[in-house]
Amino acid sequence: MRYMLLIASNPEANAAMTPAQQEQMFGDYAEFTKSIEASGEFVSGDPLEGLDTATTVRVRDGKRTTTDGPFAETKEVLAGYYIVEAASLDRALEIAAQIPDATTGSIEVRPIMHMDMPTA
Amino acid sequence: MLGALMRQYGDLDVAEDGYQDACLRAWQTWPTAGVPDKPGAWLLTVARRRITDRIRRESLRAERERSSRLAVGELDGDGPQRADAAFLDDQLLLLFMCSHPALSDDARIALTLRSVAGLTTTEIARAFFVPEQTMAQRLVRAKRKIARAGISFDVSLREVPDRMESVCRVLYLVFNEGYASSGVDEIVRTDLCDEAILLARLLVRLAPKDSEALGLLALMLLHDSRRTARVGSAGELIPLDEQDRRRWNRSMIDEADSMVSTALATGPLGPYKLQAAIAALHTASPTFEETDWVELLALYDLLITIDTGPAARLGRVVALSMVDGPAVGLAELDRVDADVLGHRVHSVRAHLLERLGRTQEARKEFLQAAELATSPQESAYLRHRAARLGD
Repeated sequence: MRYMLLIASNPEANAAMTPAQQEQMFGDYAEFTKSIEASGEFVSGDPLEGLDTATTVRVRDGKRTTTDGPFAETKEVLAGYYIVEAASLDRALEIAAQIPDATTGSIEVRPIMHMDMPTA
Repeated sequence: MLGALMRQYGDLDVAEDGYQDACLRAWQTWPTAGVPDKPGAWLLTVARRRITDRIRRESLRAERERSSRLAVGELDGDGPQRADAAFLDDQLLLLFMCSHPALSDDARIALTLRSVAGLTTTEIARAFFVPEQTMAQRLVRAKRKIARAGISFDVSLREVPDRMESVCRVLYLVFNEGYASSGVDEIVRTDLCDEAILLARLLVRLAPKDSEALGLLALMLLHDSRRTARVGSAGELIPLDEQDRRRWNRSMIDEADSMVSTALATGPLGPYKLQAAIAALHTASPTFEETDWVELLALYDLLITIDTGPAARLGRVVALSMVDGPAVGLAELDRVDADVLGHRVHSVRAHLLERLGRTQEARKEFLQAAELATSPQESAYLRHRAARLGD
C-alpha cells in the first residue's frame, strides 16, 4: 500500500541548529533516503522550499484570490514529503520514525487512496 | 476461533464474516446431520472455505489489497519476528491486535470488547455511559480505519509494553460487565468474568515483570472470590456488609493476596495494584465491622492521586465516612462528579443520609438510585432499602 509521509518540521528547533548540526541532518536525510531506496519502498520524495516562498490560491464563486503564505497558520511547517510503498501501516510508521525531522517535529502518515484505473 | 482466522487472514471483517457464515451453516445442518466429532475444526474449515470463496469473488483492486495482507498474515515467516510461539491463546493475540496504537483509546476498547469478549454494542455502550448510536459509530470508524490505513495484525513482542495499559483497561471493563450482571442471562455473565480472568492470567504469563497486570489479575480474583456470596437464594443482590463471608472462595483470596504483595513490592504505584490492595483489605477482614477503614482510607488517598476518575473518589467517600462519620462523607460527596456515576452516587448518598437519621431524604435517594440502576438485581435491592425506611 502507498503512503504519503508528510513532514511537519519544527521551525524553532531547526532555526536553533548550528551549521554542523544542519550538515548532520542533511547527511541523515541522505542516508535515510538511500536505505528506503535500497529496500524498494521509496516511490518519491522532495524537500519543499521555505514557508516564505508559499503562495495560496482559492477560487470562490468563480473568483480567484491569491495570498502570500501557507493555507493555514500552524506551529509546525510542511517541510517536505515522501511517498513509500509499504506492506502495512506498521511498516510505514517504522519508516516515518526514521525521518530526521521526526525527532523535533511530526510525521503524518496517510494512505494514498486507490483509484480504479479506467481500462483503455 | 476468531483469533485463528484473524491471524491467518489479517482482516477483522473477513474473519468475522467467515465465522458468522460457519456458525450459520452449523445452525442449519447440525440439528439434522448431528454435531461433528470435532465441532471446532469443522467450523474453522467451513469458515476458511467461505473466506476463500469470498476473496475470489472480490474486485481486482480489493483483491490486490487483501492479498498483500494475506501475505503478511502467513504463519511461517522469514518475515519480521512474530510473537506467535509466545501467544498460547489466539484470543490473547486478537486482544493485542485490537490494541493497535494507530486506533484511538475509545476505538481500541470498543473493538476489543466487541471482537474478543463478544459483547453487544448495547452492552459496551452501557459500560462507557454513552448512547448506543455513539458506540456503533465508534466501531464502524475503527474498522474503517483498520481497512483504509492498512493496519495489519502483526504483533511483534517489542510492542507489548505499549499495549499493556490498553489491554489491562479492556480486560477490566470486560470483567466489570460480567461482575455487574447487567444482563438477564446469568450464565453469560459468569463466562465474561471467567474469560477476563483467563486472559489476565495469560497476560501475566506473557509479561511476568508487569506489576500492573499482576495487580489486575489479583483484583479480578478478589472480586470474583465473593461472587457466590453476592447473590441470594432468590437471585437477589447481597451487599458487602451483609455477605456471608464463609461463602467467599478462600483459595482465590490466598492466591490473590500473594499477588498483591508481589505487585506492591515490585512495581511503581498503579491503579490496579492499589485497587487490589483495597479489595484485599476487605477480604482479609473476618467481619464487616472489623474492616480496617483507616488503612482503607490511606489506600484511597493514594489511589485518587493516580486515578482521577469519579469512581475512585466515590470509593474514598465511603471510606472517609466510616473514619470521620457520615456528615463528613456527605460533604465530600458533593465534590464528586456525579454525572458519569449514575445510580451509585445516589446509593452512597442514601446510605449516608440513613446513617444520619434523615430517613425521608434517604428513602428518596434510594428510590432515585433504583430508577437509574443498570441491573434488575441492583434496582430491586435499592427499592428494598427504600421500603425498609417505611412509606
